[in-house]
Amino acid sequence: MRIVVQEQPFDFGAEADAFADGRHDMGAIVTFTGVVRDFGGGGLDAMEIEHYPGMTQKALEKIASEAVDRWSLGDALVIHRYGRMEPGEKIMMVATAAPHRKDAFEAADYLMDYLKSRAPFWKKEHAVSGETGWVAAKDEDEDALTRW
Amino acid sequence: MDVLYFAWVRERIGLPKESVTTDAETVAELVTELRAREDRYDLAFSDLNALRVAVDQELTDFDASIKGAREVAFFPPMTGG
Repeated sequence: MRIVVQEQPFDFGAEADAFADGRHDMGAIVTFTGVVRDFGGGGLDAMEIEHYPGMTQKALEKIASEAVDRWSLGDALVIHRYGRMEPGEKIMMVATAAPHRKDAFEAADYLMDYLKSRAPFWKKEHAVSGETGWVAAKDEDEDALTRW
Repeated sequence: MDVLYFAWVRERIGLPKESVTTDAETVAELVTELRAREDRYDLAFSDLNALRVAVDQELTDFDASIKGAREVAFFPPMTGG
């Protein structure tokens, strides 16, 4: 299991490749990456992500450990950035390795649901117009946790 | 203990971290003390449903004990991923 919290960009291809490499007993590797999305019409200048140094790493480790135990994963990877990112930049990625695809997909889905609502990150949007606003947590993201 | 603020809570209160000496036994009692300080605190803590709290870097609730805690953090619901 590897958990990385960093400001600088990561190489999604290289990370996915390294994660998948050399596994002889894992038939399924699932990867997901989250990207800064413009809310339409080129209005977003940048996304700023604040986090809670100290707690972030521990919270991610706890979430990933639970996924590894519950789906008997061979391995899990979480990379999450903080700081300022422009539209199109990758914010984070998760990867899961399991003997079968259903477990790998479900575990990745679980990781994403918990990352959204239980890892101490906060997103602030900076519009081209100069306006800024904190992204509000969605009820549906909190509700998503109840299905696990 | 250290009290930390993140995101709009930090912006409303105007600082990321401060050292607080308190006899409060729970998070809720600490919040009551902070709210009595100044308007900016009162405003930041006016709707506890819009806030989350961590004691010593573990998510918890406002009834939680803070006896012996080193660090209490207040922040809005998280928006990771």
